[in-house]
This record gives sequence, C-alpha cells and structure tokens, in this order.
Amino acid sequence: MIRATHISKSFGDKAVLNDVSTEFYPGKTNLIIGRSGTGKTVLLKLLVGLLNPTEGNVYYGDADFFRLNKKEKRQIRMKVGMLFQSSALFDSMSVEENIRFPLDMFTNDTAKEKNKRVDYCLERVNLTGVNQRYPSEISGGMQKRVGIARAIVLDPEYLFCDEPNSGLDPKTAILIDELIRSITLEKNITTVINTHDMNSVMEIGENIILLHQGQIVWRGNKDEVLETDHEILLDFIFASPFLQRLRAAALNK
Amino acid sequence: MLFNFFYHFGRYLKMMSTALTRPEKVRMYYKETTRQMIDIGIGSLIIVGLIAIFIGAVTAIQFSYQLDGTLVPRWYIGYIVRDSTIIELAPTITCLVLAGKVGSNIAAEIGGMRQKEHIDAMEIMGVNTANFLIMPKIIAALMVIPMLVAIGAFISVIGGYAATVFTGLLSDAEYIQGVRSFFVEKNVAMMFVKALVFAFILTSVSAYQGYHVRGGSIELGQASTNAVVYSDILILLSDYILAVFFTQ
Repeated sequence: MIRATHISKSFGDKAVLNDVSTEFYPGKTNLIIGRSGTGKTVLLKLLVGLLNPTEGNVYYGDADFFRLNKKEKRQIRMKVGMLFQSSALFDSMSVEENIRFPLDMFTNDTAKEKNKRVDYCLERVNLTGVNQRYPSEISGGMQKRVGIARAIVLDPEYLFCDEPNSGLDPKTAILIDELIRSITLEKNITTVINTHDMNSVMEIGENIILLHQGQIVWRGNKDEVLETDHEILLDFIFASPFLQRLRAAALNK
Repeated sequence: MLFNFFYHFGRYLKMMSTALTRPEKVRMYYKETTRQMIDIGIGSLIIVGLIAIFIGAVTAIQFSYQLDGTLVPRWYIGYIVRDSTIIELAPTITCLVLAGKVGSNIAAEIGGMRQKEHIDAMEIMGVNTANFLIMPKIIAALMVIPMLVAIGAFISVIGGYAATVFTGLLSDAEYIQGVRSFFVEKNVAMMFVKALVFAFILTSVSAYQGYHVRGGSIELGQASTNAVVYSDILILLSDYILAVFFTQ
C-alpha cells in the first residue's frame, strides 16, 4: 500500500497541491482524476519521488520514502514500474532492448533467461514479433504496451501510469485499460493511474480521487460516480455538450 | 551574477559527485563507453585531420613570410611548426573544435533524453542517471581526445611540410632538420595534460548543460549553445593556467 499524508507542493509562489492525504491499495486500480492543471502529474511525480514535496510524506508500506537514504530509496524504486504518458521508450534501442534494459541493469540473469523474460512480458501485453523493431517503427498503442512490458519486467509491487490512454483511439484505450487491470489483479500490484479519460474511470475505477485546485474534493469508486451529485465531479464527467444532452435526456426519462 | 555563478558551480559539483561514483553494472558501462569512444573518436577524425593539416600549413606559411629577410635560419620553420603545434595549437584548437562538435552533441543527446522523460524513466527504475549517462562519456573522451590531439599534432607537422616543401619555400632536408631540432619531451607531456583537462571540461560542462535542461526545443538549443560557449571559455582559461604552471 502507498500512503500520502498532508502533501503540499509549491513551485515558487504557486501552490500546486495543498494538504493532500490519500491511500492507494494493492490489487486495485487507484485512479487520480481531475481537469488539466489540477496537480495530477505533480502528485504522481511526488509519489514516485521525481519531485520532493514542500510538506508531507509518502509511505511505501511503513517506509517514509523521503526520509530514506539513497540506497534504501533505490531498493524501493526497483519495486516500482512506471508507464509514461509519452511511453518514454529509449528511441536508440529496439523494443527488446528497451524491455531488457532493467534486467541488464539490475539482474545477473543469463542472456537466455533475460530473453525468456522479455518474450513473456511481450506476450503478456499481447505483442509478438516486434522484438527487433524500434519505437519509431511501431504505433502509439504498441508503444504503450511496450512501456507496460518494460514496467512489469522486474515484477514490480507498484505500478504507476501517467495518462496511459492519451493519444489513443477508444478501442486501443480500452485494451490498455483491460491490460493494466488484469496485471494489477494477477500480481496483486498497487496500481496508480493518472487519467482524465472517463471511459477508464467507469471501467476500471476501483478507488478514485478527484483533484480540484490542488485538493482532493471527492473520493469513491466507479459505482459511486454514477450516483453522486457532487457538482465538481459532475462538471468534470459531463464536460462535453454531448454528454450533457445525454444526461439531460436520461434525467427527463 | 556572483550568486548565479555559485548556484551553477554548486549544482555542477553535485552532479559530478553523483556521476563519478562506482558503476553498478560494469558491463553496461563498458558497452556505453565503447560506443562513445567510437562516436567521439572515429566520428571526429576527419574534422580533426582537416583542421590540423591547415593549422600546420598556415603556421609554416606565416612564419616563412615573417622570417623572410631576417637572420633566423629558414629551417627554424620546421621547429616552430612542431613546437607551436604540440604546445598550443593541436590541443587547444582541436578541443575548441571538439567542444563545438562533441560538446553540443552531448548536450543535445542528454537534454533530449531529459525532455522525452527517458531520464525520469531511468530514475524510477533506480538507475543512477548522472553516473550512467555522464561517466561513460567522460571516460571515452579522456581516452580518445588525447589520441585525437596526438594525431592532430602529427598531421599538422605534415601539413607544414606539404605547405613549405611542395611549394619550394624549404627543402625537404631543411624542414626535417627543423622538426628534429631542440626537441623537449616535456612539451609532449604538456600536450597530453592539456588534452586530458580540455576533454574533461568539454564533456562535463556539456553534460551539465544537457542534464539540467528544462522546457522545450528553444531551451534545448540554448543548452547546446551554452555547452559550446562555456566549454570554450573554460578551455581557454585552463589553457592559460596550464601554460603558466608548465612554464614556471
């Protein structure tokens, strides 16, 4: 489990997060949602330690991450996998080399064992026959799947996904959501997803927090989303005129 | 301005203290270092050779012009070309050029990785990114740039020969007599020390510029330019300090 307590973050005079406290549970898809500029990415970067909080703590289990020394932080980081919004695949390396990179860096496995593990991860994300291709030679959806394969290659306990569906068509986005959900369940991983994709919220949102102006203003799950009358959440969910018309029609019935 | 200097100097020292630590997976670093050695060494050979041949040729022609009508023996031209090349021109000009070619490349490569979140991805995996991205470049530069400088010095002397002997300004024997006269071994040592210091400056300063780049393509361009400008300034400054140190 990951626990964030009283997290605040400012950049100069600008406060981005203000006293955010929440918990992310293992075996569940934990979603951080909110409009652009509400501090979702900053919170995610704080959780993985890419940014330091102005105030507050992040606990991985019982370990207070920001009080750990470099070696201890590294031990935690080796249990973390992350899928970036841009996939962040190393473009000078092939798909296979990208996935094998963490194995090369941190394990003493033989080449055969590494190749086997790479093949397993590629199969797990339903990608085969692309081992020797470069990131620029595959589609955005495939890049995301390679990103997931790289994130899970060391069997992480924590998986972070920064807007995994951005730039993908709805069908591919659903596939990526299903993939993240099944990996989370299969390995009992603590998965934290930062998204503003409403499909993801309604399909895989088991523990959702809504950020608004740097604060958590709502928390719940996908079923509670349907029943809520929380104004900010409704405003966020039914943002498009199309959805507003659908909602109005449904209410009129 | 002074605050700004200390801010960057402190950040540079902090980055270098992280970069110059014991690598975790020597094999990965070895692979990266050899790749960098090929990039810096083989990739710069033609430009270094071209510049060196013209430096030697121009030095020989200039001195031939200046010594014309004086009592200084003409064979001194070979000696002047050799020593000016070894002591100053080969290490300094070669490294100033390499700061432009290799330095801007390092800043752009690391800066691009920063902007494309590659560095963040490695950090999250637990990789010491400063160490993994910067140390192989520094080691490769320290190994390859002195070789390039030595090759440059040799080609310069040949350039001087071609410019004077083939044009009839000097005879073959005169030029070779000059090249073989008053040889001081310490000058060669000075050349290699300069090459090592300049190699360290141009790689570490360029890596610093790339590693801390923020923003978009304009900032990346600025980082690349700054890498060349600051490397050049520091190379010239350290050239002066080394010259004072070695000649006292």
